Amino acid sequence: MNAPNQSGWKPAMELSEDGMHNGPATTTGNRALMLEEPLLFEIGRVDVTGVDLPAIDPAAPTRLGGLARSEPIGLVGLTEPETVRHYTRLSRQNYGIDLGFFPLGSCTMKHNPRLNEKMARLPGFADIHPLAPQSTVQGALEVIHQLGGWLCTLTGMPAVAMSPKAGAHGELCGILAIRAAHEARGDAREVVLVPESAHGTNPATAAFANYRVEDIPATPEGRVDVAALKARLGPDVAAVMITNPNTCGLFEKDFREIADAVHAVGGYVYCDGANFNAIVGKVRPGDLGVDAMHINLHKTFSTPHGGGGPGSGPVVLSEALAPYAPLPFVRKDDAGTFYLVEEEDREERGPTFGRMTAFHGQMGMFTRALTYMLSHGADGLKQVAEDAVLNANYILRSMEDILHAPFAASGPCMHEALFGDKDFGGGLSTLDVAKGLIDEGYHPMTVYFPLVVHGAMLVEPTETESKAAIDQFITAFRAVVERALAGDEALKQAPYYAPRRRLDETGAARKPKLAYEG
Amino acid sequence: MRYLPLTDTDRQAMLATIGAATVDDLFVDVPEVARLDGPIHGLPMHASEMAVERHMKALAAKNLVAGEVPFFLGAGAYRHHVPASVDTIIQRGEFLTAYTPYQPEIAQGTLQVLFEFQTQVARLYGCAVANASLYDGSTACWEAVAMATRVTKRKRAVLSGALHPHYAQVVKTMAHFTGDTIADAMPAITAEPDLDGLIARIDEDTACVVVQYPDILGRISDLTPVAEAAHAKGALLVVVNTEPVALGAITSPGEMGADIVVGEGQSLGVGLQFGGPYLGLFAVRDPKHVRQMPGRLCGETTDAEGKRAFVLTLSTREQHIRREKATSNICTNSGLCALAFTVHMTLLGEKGLRELAAENHRLACLAADRLAKVPGVEVLNTAFFNEFTLMLGGKPAREIVRDLADRGVLGGVSLGRLYPGVAALEHALLVAVTETTTEEDIERLAQELEASIKETV
Repeated sequence: MNAPNQSGWKPAMELSEDGMHNGPATTTGNRALMLEEPLLFEIGRVDVTGVDLPAIDPAAPTRLGGLARSEPIGLVGLTEPETVRHYTRLSRQNYGIDLGFFPLGSCTMKHNPRLNEKMARLPGFADIHPLAPQSTVQGALEVIHQLGGWLCTLTGMPAVAMSPKAGAHGELCGILAIRAAHEARGDAREVVLVPESAHGTNPATAAFANYRVEDIPATPEGRVDVAALKARLGPDVAAVMITNPNTCGLFEKDFREIADAVHAVGGYVYCDGANFNAIVGKVRPGDLGVDAMHINLHKTFSTPHGGGGPGSGPVVLSEALAPYAPLPFVRKDDAGTFYLVEEEDREERGPTFGRMTAFHGQMGMFTRALTYMLSHGADGLKQVAEDAVLNANYILRSMEDILHAPFAASGPCMHEALFGDKDFGGGLSTLDVAKGLIDEGYHPMTVYFPLVVHGAMLVEPTETESKAAIDQFITAFRAVVERALAGDEALKQAPYYAPRRRLDETGAARKPKLAYEG
Repeated sequence: MRYLPLTDTDRQAMLATIGAATVDDLFVDVPEVARLDGPIHGLPMHASEMAVERHMKALAAKNLVAGEVPFFLGAGAYRHHVPASVDTIIQRGEFLTAYTPYQPEIAQGTLQVLFEFQTQVARLYGCAVANASLYDGSTACWEAVAMATRVTKRKRAVLSGALHPHYAQVVKTMAHFTGDTIADAMPAITAEPDLDGLIARIDEDTACVVVQYPDILGRISDLTPVAEAAHAKGALLVVVNTEPVALGAITSPGEMGADIVVGEGQSLGVGLQFGGPYLGLFAVRDPKHVRQMPGRLCGETTDAEGKRAFVLTLSTREQHIRREKATSNICTNSGLCALAFTVHMTLLGEKGLRELAAENHRLACLAADRLAKVPGVEVLNTAFFNEFTLMLGGKPAREIVRDLADRGVLGGVSLGRLYPGVAALEHALLVAVTETTTEEDIERLAQELEASIKETV
């Protein structure tokens, strides 16, 4: 194992009893590069702007129908230098992939290539209007068509709906297509089966589409209990929603058998494709009997997570569901011209279930994802999956001797390694380990998810980490886990070195303060 | 491959630690039939940065860039000047490559931005609380209807005929599956919206009435009577705004009594981007409705040392806690677009937003006056902000728009495209004008429109 850091240097400073650095307090509350920053509303001024615009001519005629604003809006402004500094200082209180290892399980925090950003900003993509005459946006329609085609190729599915705006929106698209397909047969089914280990969006989506959700238990080895699932199948089951690879980081090896059983009772199979990055280029979900699967372009295809979006959630569809795909979609005619099928195209649109969003989907994410796909190619994408899986297994096997790994005996994991908090001493929990990792300079893994493991810690390294970076993480992770096993009380107060100590989250929820007052 | 740091030596060493002979041993749980042998067929092999750039640039070159021609499209997506510093900030890796702030101690940057964003949106809309964003205006519109059904425990929504037709489609699509009833209508081609007709459609079963402001034809009118009528029947007023810059010039929906205000935030910071990603804005006037809101909320609190800090809060509404009982299934929202909006709004401030709105309106008035002089053309609106409807004297607007494009002018959005097959709307053209429009652009549109109308049958 490597030394804690590359140089072997260790800080000499010790913590004082109150957990603070031994050093004099500063007047500003800043600590060199750790800078406090007030709220915009405390530093901005009503009469200041960072944009040069013509002064308002109060005598100019208006046609605002008597609705001209009479009251102040309550906004404040900053000049450009102040704006840049304010947000730059705030940015430094954030952890991002660019800064370090970010093993947030199920979220796939891989490197975001900057070529993607550059391509998305080409005026030919960034500065075109969604309702521009189609003859003037042929390149944009071709991007959607080409990306969609390759998503079909990679998944082995015949059709794709490109408009869903994020993973959960894609789930909704798939479930609505399933509902529409049942309705078209006059088959009113009421139930969607969802494994306990599923993302919260799965049951929320099914409920939003007016389905009753029933849980399917997991086996002790971390997979869907096929016998329990089969026993529950019947004419009232509209669909099952299964994540594969699942949220325990395991491949559902009986997926085909499950799919066949669901199809046999007239149901459909929704696959949550959040973890497609583990198998891209290695396995085609279409070969496993999937009817619908969303693909998070911000996970598998490297578009940035942006502090919580925007994402993009195209949905691949089977022959059975393809006719119900939402509008609009892009087609190519015999002359090679691309065109949008919208509401009016009665013959081509088929029995679509409708429209999910105002325009055509997340074009800015399409250009980034296509750029990434072209960069990797068929050979590179396969290597992506292999390296992601290799890295996760390396972490699993480097930790299992000291950290409870509930499914380690189930065989190799896929792209993420799952641990639990069994054996921690002194009342310490997963949360304390996560906060301890923050002090070590890491973004913690996903914690307390999936729900099937007590104190779950889901570690997803992705393929864009070097062996040295992973070794360094393992060293730090082991050290923090050893402290937890030993019941180290100091861990309960971590983090010590982050811009903020632990927050009063209960207080925040009890008396919500959701906007600046003053 | 430039994005993959492992070397073959690394891979061998790691496989040895794992106790596997080859990487394929790690895929043993994949059934034999589903395994692919080599690289998948139908995709090219990997390519250099230079080669990829060439491919993408060739695709981009097939599009007509809005900024290179006289440009007048709107209808829910507006072209505004975005200050250079906005893009600089959103490309900072600490913002760009972070995720939803699940670990608040190391995400105060994102969280404080969200708190500032929520405050800006709430104030712009005349509301008490805004959330941390949704996907776009159309999905926010549906979420508002869904929230109104929860608050009122009623299942009928009345849509104004002048709501953006794509927004209405989204609402109707969703309502079909949730079992809610949507009473929609077509827009009437009149100088002012028929609010009395809308009010007459509100009944005792109505959860909400949904009105766009400014509406799809660019008209603006006082919605106070609609709010009063809705409240008298126990219904909520949902106001949809697709052009936030307008609210720098006109009274906010909250001041007129709207209960839920939603909209598209793309105008500020985000750009056109062929329709996405955009920015869904969502706010409520009365704080008592906060616990029925969809999406993330950022709140103020303190840390263990008593320092002010921000954190995602009221999560018991959300899917990752409540699962099938959540107020929405949304997870990822439009975080980076919210940042862009907030930086742009910070640069503008109260002063800049008002000046920007005034400049938009001034140029729109100029354009309306000039275009009204084109033979056969009439301006429909009595009142408007930066977008208005032209009646083309019986000429088909869709064909005129295509013809104008051939003449190098992106002249507007035809209602024929938005309402295909509706004869009464075929001759109407929506024209949007912003601060990016020049007087020369307006003159060029007037001249080409005149020529096009003459030559189009």
